[in-house]
This record gives sequence, structure tokens and C-alpha cells, in this order.
Amino acid sequence: MTAAAPRVAGLTTRHWRVVLVVGVLVLACVLPFLVSNYRTFQLTMMLVYAIALLGLNLLTGYNGQISLGHGAWFALGAYTTAIMIDQWGIPYYWTLPVAAAVCLVVGFLFGVPALRLRGHYLALATLALALVIPQLLKYQPLQPFTGGVQGILILKPEVPWGLPINQDQWLYFFVLAITLVMFVLGWNLIRGRVGRALVAIRDHEVAAETMGVNNALYKSTVFGVSALYTGVAGALSAVVVQFVAPDSYNILVSITLLVGIVVGGLASISGAIFGAAFIQFIPQVAESVSKAAPWAIYGVFLILLMFVMPTGIAGFIKWVSYRFLGTRGGD
Amino acid sequence: MDVFLQQVVSGLAAGGIYASLALALVMIYQSTEHINLAQGEMAMFSTYIAWTLIDAGIPYWIAFVATLVISFIGGVLIERLIIRPVENAPVLSLVIVFIGLLVIFNSLAGWIFTYTIKPFPSPFPESPISVGNVVLSPHSLGAIGVTLLILLLLFGFFRYTSLGLAMRAAAQNPVSARLVGIRVAWMLALGWGLAAAVGAVAGMMVAPVIFLDPNMMGGVLIYAFAAALFGGITSPGGAVFGGFTIGVVEALAGTYVPFIGSELKLLVALVIIVGTLLIKPTGVFGKAVVSRV
Repeated sequence: MTAAAPRVAGLTTRHWRVVLVVGVLVLACVLPFLVSNYRTFQLTMMLVYAIALLGLNLLTGYNGQISLGHGAWFALGAYTTAIMIDQWGIPYYWTLPVAAAVCLVVGFLFGVPALRLRGHYLALATLALALVIPQLLKYQPLQPFTGGVQGILILKPEVPWGLPINQDQWLYFFVLAITLVMFVLGWNLIRGRVGRALVAIRDHEVAAETMGVNNALYKSTVFGVSALYTGVAGALSAVVVQFVAPDSYNILVSITLLVGIVVGGLASISGAIFGAAFIQFIPQVAESVSKAAPWAIYGVFLILLMFVMPTGIAGFIKWVSYRFLGTRGGD
Repeated sequence: MDVFLQQVVSGLAAGGIYASLALALVMIYQSTEHINLAQGEMAMFSTYIAWTLIDAGIPYWIAFVATLVISFIGGVLIERLIIRPVENAPVLSLVIVFIGLLVIFNSLAGWIFTYTIKPFPSPFPESPISVGNVVLSPHSLGAIGVTLLILLLLFGFFRYTSLGLAMRAAAQNPVSARLVGIRVAWMLALGWGLAAAVGAVAGMMVAPVIFLDPNMMGGVLIYAFAAALFGGITSPGGAVFGGFTIGVVEALAGTYVPFIGSELKLLVALVIIVGTLLIKPTGVFGKAVVSRV
């Protein structure tokens, strides 16, 4: 096949993808030195969302388990980190593995009863989960830890090792490094045997089971892993925003994440980045029109994309490269 | 004992509202096996239409009927224009479209009517009725009555009219129904219209209690889902039974279980949903569905 692989400007698709990835990485490293601190903060949040979207995409896009409640894992990760920093003075970077582990375990445990639910029912149960979270966080007996309605304030991390960058830039590079690790891990998970098993379960459960895939184990594990990704994103968001409060983790967070994977592209790794850019930057543009406008736009995008482009931005790019360059872009 | 009775009655009143919305969910589920996640927001939007009409000086009951008609037409249009093109798409696409509808209705309401909380009139007298030591609110009793009336009307419609029979046929066996000349697609649209109208009743009955704002239906919708699942999502009677039961359980749990209070009421709904799905997924009155692979 390699000999016949189509070439564009003398390079094969494979090489072009390497060039593209390196280009994006270089741009990602240079960008914070070119823009204001506020923009750097926005880019950091975009990376945080990208991790969360990758997590949701593992579950919903690749495995076909619909979750309308991923805001719950985002909140769980954020509060784990915030409480550890606030109560016990643990450095923020050590709280990340703990947040990841907590979300993995709780996600796995929620994934076990979720095995019995599919389609609409799972959507419903997870939607209820998302609605309960703010109430739980405000719950009186938990207030010594969660700070109740007031939430928890965290200090902005200092730049270590005397690096010649400011705090916002340091946070950006810190989050960028973790994003890269999470994406490489996610890519490894998806491209191999596990990824094929997940997709097989999504496409036909009975057939997958017949082929020897342990459906129950895979489905509950991917629930846990998905919660882990979103939880790590939540933990990072707590550090970046320096504040957690119950009302920032309402049902809208879960819907925003859903919008992100639909717009970016279901079952696509690069889609997580496009989706993250969309949910980070589009609402700000729309908010200048009206407070309700971002949500109206989200709604319209959700429905329109299902009608005309169910594979989202990533699918569109793939289609364009296939149609006009004659190459088969991969993920 | 008095507190107990009072909580039971207020639970029944809330339950009537959950029952109406659960009934709307069941109607759409029966004909299409879709759970309409936007049902609550559609009801909320209908309530805003009623508020606009009443605010313009139209008498309550005329506005009530007009709202039902408008909601019915709106429901039919949504089915024809938005749901029909994705009717046979994977569940994920449908859920996304429903969430899209939910978000659009919510933001439209916020955009047009602002996010300020508005009072909504009740058609029933205000002065409480005392029976012995128990004080009952006329609105609670009225809401229970309206729910039961709607249930009776729907039952009569589906049981004794030929249109109702055609709708049942279209839901049970679309192919055979089409072969005997029933326009199945229009029956589905009619179902959506009816569901929207029933939802509108729920909205207008709950709004005097919890006030009108674009997010008012979030909690109510989850309770309605819990009610529909608990009673059996395939059974209209079960949905009404589930609605009343869950209303009473909610009221009693909030009063007597100290750690729940009013703070964790939604948790009760989550527990009921997950519990029902785990223990008896078909609900109390539902029938098990066997599917062919």
C-alpha cells in the first residue's frame, strides 16, 4: 500500500500529519508569548476542556454510552483538588493523581449499574446525576469541606525554578504538558485492541460479545476512564480558575461538554480540540448579543449538525481532505 | 397526624403535576420509543405563552384553552419539522436533538421574557379550606382535579374515538396500521401535539406554586421521569400512579427524613430512577419488551 499511497506536494499523508502535529505544537508553545495574559488564560481553559471532551468522547463517541452528566465528574475532580489544597495544604500538582484516582473509582462504580441502561435511559440517569451535583455540594453537613454556597478559593500557583515567565504562562505550559500526556494515552488506547473493542460494542453489542469481547468489563471500565479524563480536566480547571462553587457545576456544564463533542466530532481525537475551541470562544462572541444567545446558538448547532454533519468539524475536515486532495485522513 | 395528612395532600397536588408531565412523556414513548428530554422546557414555554395572554387581559380559562391549542400546534410542528428527519437516526443523534430543543426553548424564554421570576395566577380561590385541623390549599385540590380530568379525557379519547384507535394502532404496529390506511406519520405528529398540550397543563398548574422562570421545569422534569419510570414507561395509567406516588414520597421524605430536608430532594428522584431501572426496569405496571436481534 505504501508505494501507492497518494502524495500531496511530494509527501505522503502520514508525513503531512507529522508535519501538522509538529506545527501545532510549535504554535502552542509560542502562542502565550504573543498574546495577553487574559488570552493565555482562555487558551489554558481551552486545553482543559479538550481533556474533558476527550474523556466524554471515549464514552459517548467511541463506546456509544450517552452521558448527559459529565459535569458531575468535572465537579468531582475540581472539588477533590480544591479540598486537598484548602484543607491540607497539599501542592496542586500532587492533587491531580488523587483527583484522577477518585474519579476513576467513582466513575467505574457508577458504570456498573449503568451497564443495565442504554440509549435514552442512560441519558436520563446521567442527566439526573448532573442535576443532583450542585445540591450535594451545597449540602449542610458537607459544608466544612465544600464551603457550601460560598465555594473554595485557591491561590494562584507560583512559577517554579525561577523560570522567566509569569504565572498565567506557567499554568498554560503546565496544562499543555498534561494535555499532551492525556492525548497520547488516549490515542494509544483508541488505536489498538481496546479501541476496536469499544467501537464494536457501540456498533453491535451482541456481535461484540459473540466475538469474545467482555462487554460488561469494557463498558464499566471505559466509564471509569472517561470519568478520570473529565475529572483531571475539572481538577486543572479548579487550579486555573482558582475558585470552585456549586453553581459553576450545574447541568449547563454537562450540556456544554455534549455540545463540544458534537461540534468537534464524535469518535474523533482531534475533534476534542476543535470542540474545546468552540465552547471556549464562541459563547464570548455570542454573549455580546444577549445573555441567552450562546445557548440559543448551542441549541441550533446541536440540531443543525445532526441534520447535515453528524461527524462534526473533524468529520468535515476529513471529508474535505478526502474529497479535494484524494487522501484518506486518519485520526 | 395533621402534619402527615397535610403533607400527603400537598404531595398529591405536586404528584398531579408530575403525573401530567409523566403522561406526556409516556404518550411520546409509546408511539416512538423516544424519551423527550425537552418535554419540561416545552411545558415551560407554553406557560409563558399563557402568562403573555393573561397579562394582555384575557380571562384565565380562555387563555388556558388558547394555550392548549397553541401548544398542540407547536408540538405537531416540532414533530414534523425537527424530529421527523432524524426519526430513524441512532439514539445518540436523537438525544442530541432533544437536548438541542431543550436548550433552544430555555434560551428563547430567557431572551424573550427575561430571567426575572414572575408570579403566575391560579384559577382557584385563595382562601385555604379547613377540614378539621387540616388546612388545604384550593390550588392543590384544583390541580389534583385538573389532572384527573385530563386523564379521563385522554382515556375516553383513546378508548372510544376512532382517531384514538388509529393512534393506538399506529403506535403498536406501524406497518400493519399503514396497510389498513392509517397515516402513521400524522398519528405521531398528533401524539406530539397532545403531549405538548398535556405538558402545558402541567406547566400552568405548577407555575403558581414555584413561580415562572425559564429554569422552573428542571426539577419537575426529573420527577416526571422518575414517575414515568416507576409507574412503567409503557403504561399511561402507571405514569399517573407513579406521579401521585412520587409526589407523596417527596413530600413525606422532605418532612420526616431529617437528612434529606428540602436540600436533597432531587437526590430522591435520582435514587428512584436508578432504583427502578436496577430492580424492575419495566416499572410497576409496565410490560417487558422482548426485542429481536
